[in-house]
Amino acid sequence: MHEISLLENVREILQEHAQKQNFKRVKKITLAIGKLSCIEPDALRFGFDAVMQGSLAEGAELILSEVAGKGICKACSKECIMETLYAPCQYCEHPFVDVTAGNDMQIKDLIVI
Amino acid sequence: MCGICGCGQTEQQHDHNHSHEHGSDTHEHNHQPVDLGAERLVQVEQALLSKNNSYAEQNRSYFQAHDIFALNLVSSPGAGKTSLLVETIKQLKEQFPIAVIEGDQQTEHDAERIRASGAPALQINTGRACHLDAHAIGHAVMDLKVADNSFLAIENVGNLVCPASFDLGEAHKVVVLSVTEGDDKPLKYPDMFHAADLMLINKIDLLPYVDFDVDRCIQYAKQVNPDIQIMQLSTTKGTNFSDWATWLSDRVIS
Repeated sequence: MHEISLLENVREILQEHAQKQNFKRVKKITLAIGKLSCIEPDALRFGFDAVMQGSLAEGAELILSEVAGKGICKACSKECIMETLYAPCQYCEHPFVDVTAGNDMQIKDLIVI
Repeated sequence: MCGICGCGQTEQQHDHNHSHEHGSDTHEHNHQPVDLGAERLVQVEQALLSKNNSYAEQNRSYFQAHDIFALNLVSSPGAGKTSLLVETIKQLKEQFPIAVIEGDQQTEHDAERIRASGAPALQINTGRACHLDAHAIGHAVMDLKVADNSFLAIENVGNLVCPASFDLGEAHKVVVLSVTEGDDKPLKYPDMFHAADLMLINKIDLLPYVDFDVDRCIQYAKQVNPDIQIMQLSTTKGTNFSDWATWLSDRVIS
């Protein structure tokens, strides 16, 4: 499933940043999860400890924050809040909205030593 | 150097377990003294999924520049994607060049079937991964040496969930739904049917033997995607196959 391979990707990025920014251990990590990203926060929590085992983030505290889904309606050009990828425009009901936010996962910041 | 994404990986086996870096810094020695006892905040702000979108846009530009009509074929496993492509190649290969990128967790079976029908094919084995990604497609296009003014079929891993979120740079996603799967699939997998521009209801020769309500399926599909085009066909019996062949030819030869 995606959550495990995403976490492995996170671990690699932490290692890169540790070298560039000169830190040895990660104590806390904040991940921002887009509402439309199809990433399941529970699965992420479940996999986090296992994937970080033996790495510089072993035992780190995981903070998850949610990013709302947003888009621009293709018909009326208004900015909409989107709960799903297939949500119609909340103003004019047009079925196609271009997603502008909330379909990604981002490593926000770290507390490191 | 890869002609699409510019990285150094070319002419190698496409193994998704082989990771390589794009433009990342080599190891630097930082001689600043560090207080190892003090915790500090490090801003990262690094997005993980948007990488795929930028590779997809690179692919899209490449396809447009070389007049390659690329389709991303998606479905559950067994809906009939490979058979559809085999028959398409048999009927249309004299009209324009066709190349196929096959995606499966394991085996070369699908690529072998495509080659046997007379078109070049490259198999990507995704291993544990459940979808193709744009970076792998970019390399595959280079390795296959896809011709200008051609049709490129990308047959995705059989999966109605994940491929919906991964743009490969295609002109359209085409979702294949067979009548043995149940007519409510468009509602159960709305992201995929919303993302597709064309739905092929396949294996209609089996309709007498299954409880599949075609009208209801069409209604459900239009609920999640009012603009979706829909065709009903049987690849094995040839019923309405020409509708698909015409739709495809019109777009390749233009």
